[in-house]
Amino acid sequence: MATQAAFMPGSKVETGTFWGTVWSWLTTVDHKRIGILYGTSAFIFFLVGGIEALIMRLQLARPDSTLVGPERFNELFTMHGTTMIFLAVMPLSAAFFNYMIPLMIGARDVAFPRLNALSYWIFLSGALFLNSSWLFGLAPDGGWFGYANLTSSQFSPRHTIDFWMLGLQILGISSMLAGFNFLVTIINMRAPGMTLMRMPVFIWMSFVTQFLLVLAFPAITVALILLMFDRFFGTLFYAPAAGGDPLLWQHLFWIFGHPEVYILILPAMGIVSEVLPTFSRKPLFGAPVVIYSGIMIGFFGFGVWSHHMFSVGMGPVADAAFSISTMLIAVPTGVKILNWIGTLWGGTIRFRTPLYFSLGFIAMFTMGGLSGVMHASPPVDLQQTDTYFVVAHFHYVLFGGSIFGLFSGIYYWWPKITGKLLDERLGLWHFWTMMLGFNMTFFPQHYLGLVGMPRRIYTYAPDLGWNFWNLISTIGAFLIAVSLLFFIANVIKTRRSGAVAGNDPWDARTLEWAIPSPPPVYNFARLPQVQDRDDFWLQKYGDGHGGAPRPKGGPVTAAEIAAIHMPPTSYWPLLLAIALAVMVSGLMISMVQVAIGGVLTLVLMYKFAMELHRPPGGHGH
Amino acid sequence: MADHAAAHAVHDPNIGNTGLDNRKVGMWAFLGSDCMFFGSLIGTYLAYKGKSISGPLPREVFDIPLTSYSAALLLASSLTMVLALAALQQNRVKTAARWLFVTAMLGLHFVLNQVYEFTTFVLHHGLTLSTSLFGSTFFVLTGFHGAHVTGGVIWLLLLVTLAMRGKLDARDYTKVEIAGLYWHFVDIVWIAIFTVIYLIP
Amino acid sequence: MTQPSPTSSHPRKRFDWTLACLLGAVLVLACSCSAVGWNWDTPMSTVIPKSDFGKMTHEIFMLISWWTLGIFIAVEATLVYVCWRFRDRAGAAIPKQVHGHTALEVGWTIAFAVILLVFAIPTIRVIFKTQEAPAATALRVEVVGKQWWWEFRYPQFKITTANELHLPVGQTATFLLNAPDVIHSFWMPQLGGKRDVVPHRVNHLTLTPDTPGDYPGQCAEYCGMSHANMRFRVIVHPPAEFEKWVKTQQAPPVESADALAQQGKTIFTQSACVGCHTITGISAGHIGPDLTHFASRRRFAGSLMESTPDNLVKWIENPEHMKPGALMPNLGMTGEQSKALGAYLLSLK
Repeated sequence: MATQAAFMPGSKVETGTFWGTVWSWLTTVDHKRIGILYGTSAFIFFLVGGIEALIMRLQLARPDSTLVGPERFNELFTMHGTTMIFLAVMPLSAAFFNYMIPLMIGARDVAFPRLNALSYWIFLSGALFLNSSWLFGLAPDGGWFGYANLTSSQFSPRHTIDFWMLGLQILGISSMLAGFNFLVTIINMRAPGMTLMRMPVFIWMSFVTQFLLVLAFPAITVALILLMFDRFFGTLFYAPAAGGDPLLWQHLFWIFGHPEVYILILPAMGIVSEVLPTFSRKPLFGAPVVIYSGIMIGFFGFGVWSHHMFSVGMGPVADAAFSISTMLIAVPTGVKILNWIGTLWGGTIRFRTPLYFSLGFIAMFTMGGLSGVMHASPPVDLQQTDTYFVVAHFHYVLFGGSIFGLFSGIYYWWPKITGKLLDERLGLWHFWTMMLGFNMTFFPQHYLGLVGMPRRIYTYAPDLGWNFWNLISTIGAFLIAVSLLFFIANVIKTRRSGAVAGNDPWDARTLEWAIPSPPPVYNFARLPQVQDRDDFWLQKYGDGHGGAPRPKGGPVTAAEIAAIHMPPTSYWPLLLAIALAVMVSGLMISMVQVAIGGVLTLVLMYKFAMELHRPPGGHGH
Repeated sequence: MADHAAAHAVHDPNIGNTGLDNRKVGMWAFLGSDCMFFGSLIGTYLAYKGKSISGPLPREVFDIPLTSYSAALLLASSLTMVLALAALQQNRVKTAARWLFVTAMLGLHFVLNQVYEFTTFVLHHGLTLSTSLFGSTFFVLTGFHGAHVTGGVIWLLLLVTLAMRGKLDARDYTKVEIAGLYWHFVDIVWIAIFTVIYLIP
Repeated sequence: MTQPSPTSSHPRKRFDWTLACLLGAVLVLACSCSAVGWNWDTPMSTVIPKSDFGKMTHEIFMLISWWTLGIFIAVEATLVYVCWRFRDRAGAAIPKQVHGHTALEVGWTIAFAVILLVFAIPTIRVIFKTQEAPAATALRVEVVGKQWWWEFRYPQFKITTANELHLPVGQTATFLLNAPDVIHSFWMPQLGGKRDVVPHRVNHLTLTPDTPGDYPGQCAEYCGMSHANMRFRVIVHPPAEFEKWVKTQQAPPVESADALAQQGKTIFTQSACVGCHTITGISAGHIGPDLTHFASRRRFAGSLMESTPDNLVKWIENPEHMKPGALMPNLGMTGEQSKALGAYLLSLK
């Protein structure tokens, strides 16, 4: 686009050629493009994880099946979990952080645009590194939570665990860098007048999520470093023979792992908190309470980790303490549901696809939350942990919750991102098929767990009463796959013939709907002055208490637009991400590669840092 | 003065509507994260304290006078860092560069002491990463701290080089300030590590 | 302000009742068919407990289940009702912009907290009750979880056996759990909750079975290749029968007159088998299961296969093929040798 060139001083003018376009995407620092990159990659990995699940379900459809042997099955459940959490849900959330946070706070970009691009390329390199293991026949097989000391060199001598361990380290760096970026963005780049309590609830949930990211990931970083040192350098951190305690891994992992599940759900909760008010045409019921519960969940989420360890024998005092803290945290989590229902109550509800997915979220997350309450009681949990009951629980909250919430966001913000509306009919087919398929897959798993089916088993005996519902569960899984075909068909169809969206197709409430769809590269021609949480709505309709709509400012002038400076493209993020991947993967290959990659990384870090130091043109930063 | 700062702030893309500099807020966020990182490592050290089943004991290998001296070096380096920043604020670039250099040298001295300590442990006491839990936890915890110091030294020397080439002055105060924040953090973490490892019996 | 533009060329859609009813019907049909399929009395059921531990747990489970069912119905019904009652009708005005209702929000928060308190109190009580130190009269059983089978030792009777755990009904049994390799989890669903078996520590599980029966158990913590095959059986006997079992296990190995079995015994004593297995008075290996009374057990190899001559031959000739990852090496036994060994093992009642 010619107009973009005017706002990127120092960059090459886009030639409109294929390679020119590719290069512009590889070197973009525009948060909107980075959001699209995250979203597209995440969706592809979601499909990869889904295929891994379908193969597992095919194997489990019948008892004593020999479709897939234990080696492959163990790789499949490891990769399915790792992929869905780190390569699908988290980057899908990141797609929305990237695209929507600056728009919703009235900013032109994030605090550190190049760091933002770097986060994406490091994510992609980590994702490709992790999945390259399939090509080498070395897919990780230690489970997504990789319990020591099964993951030691003694019991996992092949490089499978190394792929997992190093892949997660790379992904962790990406997540933390993004966390720093969005923390600073939300703290420091809000439009004038947007106090913290005037931020949209999606921003609040994202804000809490960033805190969780930067404070929880160091724990798994350390857990993985200790494992790495055990496997590569002979340390004894997880070596029982030398006095090491395998439970150290579990503590470190779950100190990360529990906040991680809030990282996975809070963004979806934020999305739902935006979609429901828009389609009910009234504000979020009890928005401050929803915000405070988000903060409490984030804070107390660091105090419940051992509820994943009720069966390890911590003793009655620890069991009781974590049981109480877990039940406490259920309160802010649970009351949100009532706030969302309160939002719908008394509204004028327009049923569109985004709303259907948010309604599905409420219904499914309620169920997942209730089974979670059962897990909070250790005696009860001792029958449920490590069985299909807990598998059902977390799929209800992660799929019925996060995925449904994220799809709600996809349908909701699709018109803003692409300028076109998705087809409603296909959207509804997607929703209902997915609802049916999802419940068919996972509801019977509650039963399977209660009748004693453990998790992570590649097969089971035919005389235990598990056959019928495993088959139903498998059929449901394929129905989920079908539902995704509707979504893909929708995307393809509306690329050409989708209806034009305009600025505000949903008659919504927040700032991103005040600008064109898709937004210009600078987002806001004139940065908004904010006076309320649902500022855009109030501009349109007044305060709902008889006040008149706020007077608008005069039209934007060409001079104002010309004065906007957007950051230029940069290839350092891409190169630095590659160097980092070379260094980290070298740990499995040779120390020479580590050294070369390390030097390259340091040099590129220097170039990255110096790129904007005293640039020509005098725009000193 | 306030007006000038305000006018500059409006222009400076790094200053947000809160009046804070993005890079400073970013560094604080990073340091918060790094706290959790070292906290996990220190927690691991404490969990395994006294649990080694063989190998030399801490009190058999520690050279408390040497490590106290090293701690003093780091503390002094924090002071020199402050002096460097003070000079830079007044645009006394050469002075600032000198103080930054001294800071880096103190840090380097610390790291070299640590290399000496590690070598002694390995060669004279037979204590390595894989000897015992003490060996594993000691080397990994202090080693990662030493790596942080090394990173800081490289950063400081880079700043010195920029200053010597006339590419650093009072305009870059915030950039040097965040290096200072990092450096003070590394110093404070050392106080915690030193206490936990060397001082507590 | 203008109304939102239509989402497609279709007129503004109301809530599609036809579709909803159709799907609702399908769901209801599925559920009612499934009522047929919700058989709870299965071999590894957790909801028909056969021990004191299991019953205490089950009580809390039922308490929480009824409350959560109630909450579920209330919330979902409200959701459906709200969607129906407040659906958009043509020409509807912008609704009242209600921001919240403090009293209501405080109220339902407190209500939820109270419900959780109702769960918490019996929970804490049962946590402490089930982890009390057992009486001195309890039967002690050492449970060792190894990749991928279970060893059971009765120090009071000097018995070591594998894959089959025998218990007397009505007597408290306390299990001391340990693993020499990786983390496993000891789980007998019909008798109560699981407890992990962790290297470097001894965990405890105490319970009193109250109904004789034959209950399957399984490892419940992913422990490598054949985790799915790490199964065991728990047989709860009336006291007299348990005594009989103990005596049988304490007896020296049976000397069979069968020629094939004798041949097998010779092969056993001359092969590497003695390095891993114990047969009292004949060999003292501690890596694999104790085989002294192998034939008193119905299944073998982590309770994976029935102890039939055919299965034994297949196993001896190629353990890895029968149980992926099995740590028993392939000793290259030929048909005759493995048949003889099988016969010998099956003679060790």
